[in-house]
Amino acid sequence: MADTDTLGESLRRLGVTRRGFLKFCAATASMMALPPGAAAAMAAALEKARRPSVIWLSFQECTGCTESLTRSDAPSLEGLIFNAISLDYHHTLQAAAGSAAEAAREQAMKESWGKYLLVVDGSIPLANPGYSTIAGISNVEMLKETAQGAAAIVAVGTCAAFGGLPKARPNPTGAVSVSDLITDKPIINVSGCPPIGAVITGVLAQYLTFGQLPDLDAYRRPRAFYGQSIHDRCYRRPFYDKGLFAESFDDEGAKKGWCLYRLGCKGPMTYNACATLRWNQGTSWPVEAGHPCLGCSEPSFWDAGGFYKALSVPTAEVARTAGYALAAGVAIGGVAGMVGQSIKTTAATGHQKVTVDELEA
Amino acid sequence: MSELTLERGLTAFLAEIDAPTAAYFSSCVHCGLCAEACLFYLETGDPQYTPIKKLEPLKWVWEQNFTLAGRIKKALGLSKPVTNEMLATWQELLYDSCSLCGRCSMVCPVGVDIAYLVRKTREGMVASGHAPEGLIEASRRAVQTGSPMGLQFPTLQAQIKRLEKEGSTQIPVDQTGADYLILLSSMEIISFPEYLGAVAKIFKQAGVRWTLSSVCFEATNAGIQIGSSDIARELVSRIVKAAEHLRVQYVIGPECGHAFTALRWEGPNLIGRPYPFKALHIIELLDQLRAEGRLKTTGKESDRLTLHDPCNLARKSGCIEPQRRLMGIVAENFVEMTEHGEFNWCCGAGGGVSSNERADALRMKAFRRKKAQIDEIQPNRVVTLCATCRTQLEEGIEEYKMDIPVIGLTELIAEHVIETDE
Amino acid sequence: MEFLLWVRGPAFNLALTVFVLGMTVRLLEIFLLGRRPNYAEPRGPEFGPGMKTVLNRFAVDPGVFSRAPFNVVVGYLWHIGFLACLFLFIPHIELAHGTFGLSWPGLPNPLVDALAAVTLVSLVAVLIHRNRHPVMRYLTTREDTLVWIATFLPVLTGYLAYHRAINPYPVALGLHILSVELLMVLFPFTQLTHAFTVFIARWYNGAAFGRKGVQS
Repeated sequence: MADTDTLGESLRRLGVTRRGFLKFCAATASMMALPPGAAAAMAAALEKARRPSVIWLSFQECTGCTESLTRSDAPSLEGLIFNAISLDYHHTLQAAAGSAAEAAREQAMKESWGKYLLVVDGSIPLANPGYSTIAGISNVEMLKETAQGAAAIVAVGTCAAFGGLPKARPNPTGAVSVSDLITDKPIINVSGCPPIGAVITGVLAQYLTFGQLPDLDAYRRPRAFYGQSIHDRCYRRPFYDKGLFAESFDDEGAKKGWCLYRLGCKGPMTYNACATLRWNQGTSWPVEAGHPCLGCSEPSFWDAGGFYKALSVPTAEVARTAGYALAAGVAIGGVAGMVGQSIKTTAATGHQKVTVDELEA
Repeated sequence: MSELTLERGLTAFLAEIDAPTAAYFSSCVHCGLCAEACLFYLETGDPQYTPIKKLEPLKWVWEQNFTLAGRIKKALGLSKPVTNEMLATWQELLYDSCSLCGRCSMVCPVGVDIAYLVRKTREGMVASGHAPEGLIEASRRAVQTGSPMGLQFPTLQAQIKRLEKEGSTQIPVDQTGADYLILLSSMEIISFPEYLGAVAKIFKQAGVRWTLSSVCFEATNAGIQIGSSDIARELVSRIVKAAEHLRVQYVIGPECGHAFTALRWEGPNLIGRPYPFKALHIIELLDQLRAEGRLKTTGKESDRLTLHDPCNLARKSGCIEPQRRLMGIVAENFVEMTEHGEFNWCCGAGGGVSSNERADALRMKAFRRKKAQIDEIQPNRVVTLCATCRTQLEEGIEEYKMDIPVIGLTELIAEHVIETDE
Repeated sequence: MEFLLWVRGPAFNLALTVFVLGMTVRLLEIFLLGRRPNYAEPRGPEFGPGMKTVLNRFAVDPGVFSRAPFNVVVGYLWHIGFLACLFLFIPHIELAHGTFGLSWPGLPNPLVDALAAVTLVSLVAVLIHRNRHPVMRYLTTREDTLVWIATFLPVLTGYLAYHRAINPYPVALGLHILSVELLMVLFPFTQLTHAFTVFIARWYNGAAFGRKGVQS
């Protein structure tokens, strides 16, 4: 691919009309809650943007994130934008294999040193580097090496962003996230298991347009997509507020579309755009399909106390702990009570009769 | 000779603490509402008279000895011990400014029976030598002479003679096998001699077989007021001994509040066994006679009469209706104070306050609560059934120039009894 | 998130242990002290009047109310608000349902939200009143202030978490649960015990009066 092409030229060569391109810019801008003028600015910037070099590293992952990004029944603009970047290394998608593939990565790094965007999916095992290698190179080594020349890193998916499933207790591979290892580069976490395709392209589009990181939350997630909780944007929220809950997956409440809180919905603590963007070209999303939110875009969501346990239920074993504490309390209280009784008895037997002669003294 | 020490006081505190004490102290949240039921706080506005704070010494002893956390704190030297200085400071709070009226116990939102705890705390105060002078004197006289006022049987005997001469009634003394042993209070003998005459007159008409005892005529109990079970036991035992000796079925308390508490509620526990007789207040007996048709009266008082309930009888003994039924047969214009019965206001003199000269000024201030109640309904006379209340009412009425006579209920009844000459 | 997992897991276990163990000890310490036998002939029963006092002390004496209306009204307000938020907020009921299998109807969230606001305002009023009224100032100890803080924090953090005023939400929720754990840990060692012992105290009071023929 010729990297001298601008993004605009490249898109038109792929058959995208100017009108369609502007529509995409407007939609992306509004999705990211940018001011109205931003759509035109974005269009102008994208039109002229050089196709940036992108290196995509996949570590301990399931390819779900790549699937989310690439699967589409009709070629979407997101997909085309994706085609329009210069994806110089992605071992799942690229044709090259073996040493040719690694050569492509090294070449891209050399040519765009300091400018390329590094996208990572999957977590990195530290317990034994041999748990996950590519071309004989351990994940941690490859990440550190490639990160050195990157302008910024986008950690796609919860595994790259927070450690994800591999990091779930007891974390046999010693999995860590990208930000656990790289501290000297700008990092954007695009969490989710997997993240919504549009979110990935939206983040890339904004980075390409403005050349800077989007506004991020405490977990370095773009506020545009992760600024509101599932719960606050959920169409079932009115049922929660009224106290109408599905108690099981096939009861009347479930049929009537009541709130799934009692079935373990993690919507209140989960920040993601599922409730507004939805999945599969806006077809549906888990809660609409009748399943509680798992909280997949949050750190440690695998360990948050069971997918089907309500959020407010402690993960601690309440009944057992209370039982032990009660037994210990009865034992200690019994002893304490007996000590009290003996203090009283001693006091009573030690009582010296008060006489009026003593009062006078 | 042995002497009273802090050590003995602390031992007494320990011996007094029981499950209710622990439950009460565990529950107080310092809301301060007890102050709003205490006449000493209300009439002075001084927060140190807040009832629950009067119990601080007992509370410290409880916390440091009967809670696990308190014991640990004490072992580590983190808690302040109860000292003689502390008890000296608390003496005024526990004696001068508390009449044990129990009104705070009725309103505490968490149910702390504060009067019960003040009574217990006084045990430790006595044993550690922190009781007030006036009560010490009263106790000494009671134990040594048989009367807190130092009155001896010959004085009573002279009065009996005078009464027998004036009226045609006989006043039986030491009649073994009589049904009722009548007790008196020294204050009645000295200040209200008409009481004994009234009793004799009523009993004659009703045909009651009664007697006085020459060895024990005094019902009051300075031990209860000072808060010493040892002294109280000594005094109650004399009554029990006399009653058992005369083989009476009933022992009748006089028009005196604390004497009834001492006889009726504390006595059996002081001697550690139930009585072989029943203990009644004179008003309860008169009401029984009325119910049996043995109390026949004629005519009614036409002036506006009200009733002052002694705390020891109403709130603390459940004797509330008998006096009202008796008022019903002798008064046609009876008016209740707004808060009466178990919710009456104390006159300010009970619980040993009146025997404690140091508290005289405070006692008169506290009386303003009763004054306000009386002023509100403007009666011509106040009727009561406790000599201590009666004395306080008379003194207070004089102090505040109210010009309202006070009369004992038994005398009022006697005035209407139909005299039948045999 | 690690913080939330910690407060919902090990920290909750610890707080629950201290709470249950501590309260059991406290209650046994009370009951095992016992009462002396009472030989005075009773005028009435103990049990019934005791139970009645347990109930009727929820209503305030009219005279006391007329002299301390603010104290009484604010006291009622925050207790009712606090208990309603504690027991009638749906996620809280879900906690009981999830751990003990007990469930009861809750209040709609906007109502609980309003009650929480009322509770917060009342608690602040209680604190101001405590520092101004001569009697309450005289009675107040450092422990009372500590207990006030421990009571205020769960309502405040709950309110902030519900309104998402602290970000991210797991931190807000974690702080809320942590503040409740603080309350649980302090419970057996402070006047907070009154939440349990008030019923015992009222019963003893009612029983003592009942024995003498008076309904206290």
